[in-house]
Amino acid sequence: MDYFLELFLGGLTRGSIYALIALGYTMVYGIIELINFAHGEIYMIGAFTALIVASALSLMGMSGLSLLILAGLVAVIYSSAYGYTIEKIAYKPLRQAPRLSPLISAIGMSIFLQNYVLLAQTSDFLSFPALIKEFEFMEPISHIMRSSELVIILTTLVSTALLTLFIKFSRTGKAMRATAQDKTMAMLLGVNVNRVISVTFIIGSGLAAIGGVLISSHIGQINFYIGFIAGIKAFTAAVLGGIGSIPGAVLGGMILGWTESFATGYVSSDYEDVFAFGLLVFILIFRPAGILGRSTSEKV
Amino acid sequence: MKRLIGCLMALSIMLFAGGVYAADTIKLGVPGAHSGDLASYGLPSANAAKLVVDDINAKGGILGKKVEILQEDDQCKPEVAANVGNKLVSEGVDVVMGHICSGATKAALNIYNDAKIVTMSPSATNVDLTKSGDYPNFFRTISPDDAQAALQVDFVINTLKAKKIAVIHDKGDYGKGLAEFAKGYFEKEGTEVVLFEGITTGAVDYSAVVQKIRRNKADAVVYGGYHPEAAKIVSQMKKKKMDIFFVSDDGVRDETFIKVAGEYAEGVYATGPIDTSTNPMAIAAVEQHKKVYGSEPGAFYLNAYAAVLCLLNAVEKAGSTDYDAVTKALTTEWVETPLGKISFDERGDAKGIGFSMYQVRGGVYVEVGE
Repeated sequence: MDYFLELFLGGLTRGSIYALIALGYTMVYGIIELINFAHGEIYMIGAFTALIVASALSLMGMSGLSLLILAGLVAVIYSSAYGYTIEKIAYKPLRQAPRLSPLISAIGMSIFLQNYVLLAQTSDFLSFPALIKEFEFMEPISHIMRSSELVIILTTLVSTALLTLFIKFSRTGKAMRATAQDKTMAMLLGVNVNRVISVTFIIGSGLAAIGGVLISSHIGQINFYIGFIAGIKAFTAAVLGGIGSIPGAVLGGMILGWTESFATGYVSSDYEDVFAFGLLVFILIFRPAGILGRSTSEKV
Repeated sequence: MKRLIGCLMALSIMLFAGGVYAADTIKLGVPGAHSGDLASYGLPSANAAKLVVDDINAKGGILGKKVEILQEDDQCKPEVAANVGNKLVSEGVDVVMGHICSGATKAALNIYNDAKIVTMSPSATNVDLTKSGDYPNFFRTISPDDAQAALQVDFVINTLKAKKIAVIHDKGDYGKGLAEFAKGYFEKEGTEVVLFEGITTGAVDYSAVVQKIRRNKADAVVYGGYHPEAAKIVSQMKKKKMDIFFVSDDGVRDETFIKVAGEYAEGVYATGPIDTSTNPMAIAAVEQHKKVYGSEPGAFYLNAYAAVLCLLNAVEKAGSTDYDAVTKALTTEWVETPLGKISFDERGDAKGIGFSMYQVRGGVYVEVGE
């Protein structure tokens, strides 16, 4: 039973990270039907920013919770600025272009950002400080669950809840939903669509940065390439849950995390990806729009 | 027709000349890749042979005879290597230092074996060449592909006294290859391998694998792969309060591993090549190459240098080029070479070269030896 619980919690942690990144994919897709391949790179840039800030601040003698919050905050702001800029440079000029063009632009942006960080920083793996300290009350169960895992799971839950509330009740959230339903109509009714899209990119990037900071602190190392695999997995999670759906992204992330964890635990880690992507194929056969996705007919 | 006869006559004269020549020189065959894509693997060995032979001839040769080099190009191609082998045998070669590539070596070895000619490769690492026992005439001055695994298994069983082993690898050619060798040797020694699994490189975390290692109650982990994944696994094991041995390979014996894993790297074992850079003979051999050829020596230069020294020393000690006497001398005599003091085991692998066990102590890798 202990073993099951360990795998369950391990999968939950992994799934939470996938979910945090998947939210960005799903929000952007929901609004402008673009798969933002550069999203994984935002996650990576968030982690790098936090590393640089944390190194500088710890030199100045800061530590503990304030260090985590400050480094995380700078990472979120910096990554959001990147997300905003990427949209303005790479996607906005292509908004009227055929759908393939922004997709290619997104892939180009992803490769550009990877190489930019590779040149500006390093190709080596870097050590990432454990920003999340071990809590004392976690000591008795630390062999099953570590403090950083608890923080990751809680952060994901809180972020998702706040995001859902924001989209449901705030003015901007309402405008986002309107834009997602019909961009032209929303524009005609006075919604500033450009602003809505920018806000979407900013929020999505911020969430990815949170994910980047938390998981890097959890596993203790980063390099310029970490965004690629995390991005692919998160994208899979978004598709699994139903791309465009916010609860779907979270559910998809969790299911993917659990599948990988249990496949490793009870079968073999050799087949981790086989099970994860096999499940994806299986679900898409029966629910082509993903678990919580609504299949909509093409708008005329 | 006249032309053909002319050719045949020319050939027979050449052959005859070879036969006459054999009496007063010791013929060292140096086959290898000297042209084509892989020439950079073969040419340094040919250079090494020339330098050693020139030295020896300047001192009057061995057994009162000069040493003569028969250099042949096999381009690392097995079919060419077989032709080269036949040619060398027909020219009456006494000992062979080559070939370079494992495939080419294998193709030519039967020919030398049938002709009872001792062959020593500076670079062919294929395990079967020695382990199969098919080629009693074969020796080498480089570690076989499984050398690290053999050392790991020996160390885990005899020094660490671990009973239950988890063998983990990264599914890559290098990591999985080593892990499979290690698993095989553990099983041969009767030590239980409780877990044998591949992990996905670059995955977000490895907590499930770490839990599985704990569940199987392994008391040592042998990991085949590179340092980024090793650092993640080691940190996660230590953070989950698992205090078991972690033994890995030269992909992990890297400063970056210690830098990234930090305090968690402490106590980790890894095999790595024995350091020859401070060996005075190695320094002298490199200097000699720079002086004569005006460049840094390339791949397998020191291995070839050592191979030629061992071969010629064996001929001298044997007192002749007789096959049995030379093989006996190779397995009994220890020779000072740029790779250190070496001899050969009965299968033909060199003793005293290759890999050593290192452990992270105080933030640096320290050699722990056997």
